[in-house]
Amino acid sequence: MKLQPIGGIVLRQWFLIRGSPVRMLPMFAWVAIDIVLWGFITRYLNSVSLAGINFVSTLLGAVLLWDLFTRVMQGITTAFLEDVWSRNFLNLFATPLRISEYVTGLVLTSLATSTVGLVTMLLLATVFFGLSYFALGAVLIPVLLVLSAFGIALGILASALVLRLGPASEWLVWPLPALLSPFACVFYPLSVLPHWMRAVAYALPPSYVFEGMRTVLGGRVPPMAPLLYATVLSFAYIVLAAYGFSRVYRYAVRRGLLARYSAETVS
Amino acid sequence: MSPARAPADATPVLSVQHLSKSYARLLAVDDVCFRIGRREIVGLLGPNGAGKTTIINTILGVLAPTAGSIRIGSFDVARQRAAALARTNFAAVYATLPGNLTVRQNLRFFGLIYAVRNLSARVEALLEQFDLRALRDTKCGVLSSGEQTRVSLAKALLNSPDLLLLDEPTASLDPAAAQTIRGHIRALAQQGDCGILWTSHNMYEVEAVCDRVLFLSRGALLLEGDPKQLPGAHGVRNLEELFIRLAREPLTQRDGPAA
Repeated sequence: MKLQPIGGIVLRQWFLIRGSPVRMLPMFAWVAIDIVLWGFITRYLNSVSLAGINFVSTLLGAVLLWDLFTRVMQGITTAFLEDVWSRNFLNLFATPLRISEYVTGLVLTSLATSTVGLVTMLLLATVFFGLSYFALGAVLIPVLLVLSAFGIALGILASALVLRLGPASEWLVWPLPALLSPFACVFYPLSVLPHWMRAVAYALPPSYVFEGMRTVLGGRVPPMAPLLYATVLSFAYIVLAAYGFSRVYRYAVRRGLLARYSAETVS
Repeated sequence: MSPARAPADATPVLSVQHLSKSYARLLAVDDVCFRIGRREIVGLLGPNGAGKTTIINTILGVLAPTAGSIRIGSFDVARQRAAALARTNFAAVYATLPGNLTVRQNLRFFGLIYAVRNLSARVEALLEQFDLRALRDTKCGVLSSGEQTRVSLAKALLNSPDLLLLDEPTASLDPAAAQTIRGHIRALAQQGDCGILWTSHNMYEVEAVCDRVLFLSRGALLLEGDPKQLPGAHGVRNLEELFIRLAREPLTQRDGPAA
């Protein structure tokens, strides 16, 4: 991989974001709204609950982490969709750019934009609602790693889906995080799920993160082994997603989809 | 098929061997062979749907051939894609640059993708060469067709390609702008080391610019030769008449050897 083409992909996204408030605003506005909304909900729940649970840590913390995962995933798909929207595939893929360089550029762009969202969320949740992420201790590192890595994997997979099925399929990929959230146990423990849903949850790295977070906040020993497993699983999914993207790209080259992409010929 | 004019350098910048591309029931390109030498401009002619763009897409690596091989310089496009495409570039009327980036941003973006050295200086030189200085901070989406063509050509020259593919580069230009662009491209072939494959439906332009032409119809190569000599050799007055005759000729009459 060469650095210059990767830099080109990142620079292109920077040019787009810098010149467009429409692109800049969603980087922090939607996550800020989420934090404010859930911040007040958790504050209200704390005031009426007799269970002695700190909902700010459990619910608001979970919302923040889930938003991070969503941001990373959508950061990649949005950067990819910029090439769909501007019909740039022919210009882009007729260059010496390697698929690995292209995907790396999309991932770096997403990590940069997601960091802006994460900082915004942390500031709001800490300053206005008293959320302390330091309560998670060292567990915070694998937690952020797993969610970012799984967001990357899902973002690459979603981009592959759009490449394969055509521009209109972007409507299939936006709701993917919402589709996964019931299985990821963001707001409730794994034990409340029926067996078949648990089987799906075991295959999703975020479910280990949210289980681990609740364990730590409950004052128990951090479950490092499951988190390590989730980290390995997330990176395995990145490899699988990258392989899937590469296969879809080769299929598109074989069938001529890149040259007539806007025709949405799913052949 | 023998070239009408020997290329300046014996090593071809492009070598297409027995290229075929078929879709389910359609043979889009049928066993096409040709070469382009350095400082040579070759016209790829044929009616709509003849397979010109399919050939260009296979050369650019965005469409895999069903059979045959393509070499750009010494690099095989199928096996050494990145090295082959680093020496190639293209401009096509249907592949406009992202309209939401300015002229300069587009040139910087693609310059990085092509790993161009001294990129800032190269971008400035191309802005000057194609008279784009005043438009450097204008978004490409608001440029006129002619201006967009100039930007596409500037992009196509970013990496000083050995092989330049131009798919109807003057299709949307007025005659004066088209003449200027033709001048740029002729100068490029004469002064540089570049070979050019040019498609156009303007036979006057082809005659004025191309050293050699390839006639394509229904995916097959019918005829090859000097655009100034071919019409006389086939008993017609000009290239346009020859084009019309070949385009209307049924395939069954084409079994004989090409001229």
